[in-house]
Amino acid sequence: MITGVLFYAFAAVLVVAALGVITSRNPVHAALFLVLAFVQSAFLWLLIEAEFLAIALVLVYVGAVMVLFLFVVMMLDINVEKLRAGFARYLPLGVAVAVIIVVEIGHVIWFKSQGLQFMTAPQGMPADYSNTKTLGAVLYTQHVYAFEIASVVLLLAIVAAITLTMRKRPGHKVQDIAKQVAVRREDRVRIVKVETSKES
Amino acid sequence: MIITTAHYLVLAAVLFSLAVAGIFINRKNVILLLMCIELMLLAVNFNFIAFSRMLGDPTGQVFVFFILTVAAAEAAIGLAILVVLFRNTRSIDVDELDRLKG
Repeated sequence: MITGVLFYAFAAVLVVAALGVITSRNPVHAALFLVLAFVQSAFLWLLIEAEFLAIALVLVYVGAVMVLFLFVVMMLDINVEKLRAGFARYLPLGVAVAVIIVVEIGHVIWFKSQGLQFMTAPQGMPADYSNTKTLGAVLYTQHVYAFEIASVVLLLAIVAAITLTMRKRPGHKVQDIAKQVAVRREDRVRIVKVETSKES
Repeated sequence: MIITTAHYLVLAAVLFSLAVAGIFINRKNVILLLMCIELMLLAVNFNFIAFSRMLGDPTGQVFVFFILTVAAAEAAIGLAILVVLFRNTRSIDVDELDRLKG
């Protein structure tokens, strides 16, 4: 009972937050609505007993990815009005596509699957069940290869993001250590024979 | 009021369709397109977790873990491309991205 009430409350806030993301005028507000959507999703994942992923969602998404989004949104100086020019024109098409998707998927899930396993509540886990332990046991044995590839993907993302955004400014003064080390005596010191004044 | 797997699947469908609608109506703003892609991935993760719980198999949750990893990498690289784009064109309008003349 309490689970049902909580599910509907979190789901309602989640849908409102998603609507806020796609309709808000200011990109900063959209990013903040997206934060709200992620937090509500984390609550829903807690309800369905996926605790590790719920915490990972809050830490990784709300803590890192959305901060990155907000940082970029605030750094760029965007003319919002110009970007929203086609909003009203494409609104009917977008709503139509969304309604079609929801009706189709909802029809398949809700009406065609009565009596199937879908329509039963998942078995509750025992009190000493540890979601993190279960995930870790699978992650580091069966899926260890995919886990290593995921680490390479993250390394790739770091290198790609840094090389893309690094730039050389024209008047930028910086030490070139290699050049300094490789300097020779002849480059710096010039011996000039100065004629001493002759007695005349 | 029993919450079944179907409830979660329908919620994921609603979330996904909202993200698709967002891509349609915000089609000029690259930042909002990236945010809508994040929402779509979130909806997909809902499906994975719901089915993982229904079948009692943790592999679905491992898959969500990898989706989160790849999505974080995608967001970082996407935003880096966006910053470079803004630096070069002073705009993030999709309609102005026609320099390749494709």
